[in-house]
Amino acid sequence: MIEIKNLTKRYGQITAVNNLNFTVEKGEILGFLGPNGAGKSTTMKIITGYISSTEGSVKVNGYDIMENPREAKRSIGFLPEQPPLYLDMTVYDYLDFVSDLKSVDKKKKAGQIRDIMELVKIGDHKGRLIKNLSKGYKQRVGLAQALIGNPEVLILDEPTVGLDPKQIIEIRKLIKALGNEHTIILSSHILPEVSAVCERVVIINKGEIAAVDTPENLSKGLGDSSRLSITIAGPKPSIISSIKEIYGVKYVEAGAEREKDAFTYIVESDKNVDVRRPIFYAMAKAGYPIIELKSLSMSLEDIFLQLTTEEKEVEA
Amino acid sequence: MNAIFKKELKSYFYSPIAYVLIGLFLLVGSILFFVFNLASAYADTRWIFMNGIFILVLMIFSSVLTMRILAEDRKNGSEVLLLTSPVNIVSIVVGKYLAALVVFLIMTAITFVYPLITFAFDAQFTAEIIGGYIGFILLGASFLSVGVFASSLTENQVVAVITSFVMLLIMWIISGVSGYLGGTLAKVLNWISLLSRYDDFNRGILNFGSIVYYLSFIFVMLFLTVRVIEKRRWSQG
Repeated sequence: MIEIKNLTKRYGQITAVNNLNFTVEKGEILGFLGPNGAGKSTTMKIITGYISSTEGSVKVNGYDIMENPREAKRSIGFLPEQPPLYLDMTVYDYLDFVSDLKSVDKKKKAGQIRDIMELVKIGDHKGRLIKNLSKGYKQRVGLAQALIGNPEVLILDEPTVGLDPKQIIEIRKLIKALGNEHTIILSSHILPEVSAVCERVVIINKGEIAAVDTPENLSKGLGDSSRLSITIAGPKPSIISSIKEIYGVKYVEAGAEREKDAFTYIVESDKNVDVRRPIFYAMAKAGYPIIELKSLSMSLEDIFLQLTTEEKEVEA
Repeated sequence: MNAIFKKELKSYFYSPIAYVLIGLFLLVGSILFFVFNLASAYADTRWIFMNGIFILVLMIFSSVLTMRILAEDRKNGSEVLLLTSPVNIVSIVVGKYLAALVVFLIMTAITFVYPLITFAFDAQFTAEIIGGYIGFILLGASFLSVGVFASSLTENQVVAVITSFVMLLIMWIISGVSGYLGGTLAKVLNWISLLSRYDDFNRGILNFGSIVYYLSFIFVMLFLTVRVIEKRRWSQG
């Protein structure tokens, strides 16, 4: 549905996006993740044809955005970082204008606007001037605008920014529901959002792709060690030394005191070796009761940080 | 194009800007009408439109009328909507230009009251009046195209209005300079000197060349505007 090949954007000395390659399949919700300034917005602006790429091509629905902009743009709905609103218009007039702009059939127009307003829950505010709406409602009007014309592809640049937690959950649900009929690219720097909504994640850093995978695979497959959090009662030094002796353990660190004389230890071990049983027997033998044991899977957050900071070290 | 034209025209009348401009324009015109025609019992209303003050006012008003036309969209981000919808840049620019033109035409149409009043005092309807109006409309339409161009250069409306006004001012006074220069430069300066062809119309001469000149001037200005927007798509991040 969306095909991005060798996409590069330079302006002046700065390379904002460097040789990006990825495709998005029909009906997929793709998360576009990266720290601020990584090139997410730039990439989205290129995909939607707002700015031009220096090199490479973007095909949407089979149409090249540079060569057949009209056809390509017809199948895209775009919600930029700052919703493109006319503050002096009422919600309804604005959506009516957007419908005309996207040449929606005159007969279907009113019905479509009504349905979309219902969907994003702004029906009660249709007569209000956009400038008088709260940030959350402005964001919804922006989303409504992207949905006008029923485009097959939705490009949403940080759609939940500035919303309150309840609204965030609503919008996420809505995006997920929209994913049944639309192909969606969603950018964010909020990780739980991406793992909650997206089926696949592209992590981008400094204009380059750092990783592409499902959120689950990313949190499972990265790194070559697994981590445990164990709370054990007993003297700290001897516990640490006896855990260290166990085959497969790479690193032990004592954490906070959880109860009297019981500390939490973070144990990093080889991914292929299960150290939980050996630790249990060792502690039982030494007479130090294990109060709690749980495995820590790396959160997307850890992976994200790891990927984006590793990159820095390579460059430095 | 139609959608943009309609929306722009509406936005002129949703905000007070069109009413204020039309009102002030008519105020200045009416004062001149009173001084030149009513008070001095002189039938020829063309003097209003040939008067330097009125042309200066037209320059200011067309700059103000067009200052927000593209700059505002850039400033508040709605440019993204226009440029990512299935509409080409030419239609965006022309649609917006036509909206400003219609406001100007409304202003101008109302001034037709002045000759009508003189007819009531037995003044004769002459070809010069129509010629003068055609000239005035072409002149105003050209001023507006300069304003649209200036508005595409910046996202700051104040900068846009000043740029437009200074450009128009230069185009006005430049005909005087070209007389001293001669050669190709003089020809170029003469081409951008909008006022040098204006007087013909008021003499009742409908010079086909002059009409083509104004229309091509507008075309060039709008073309440059489209180029400016195109170019920015390449240079910005």
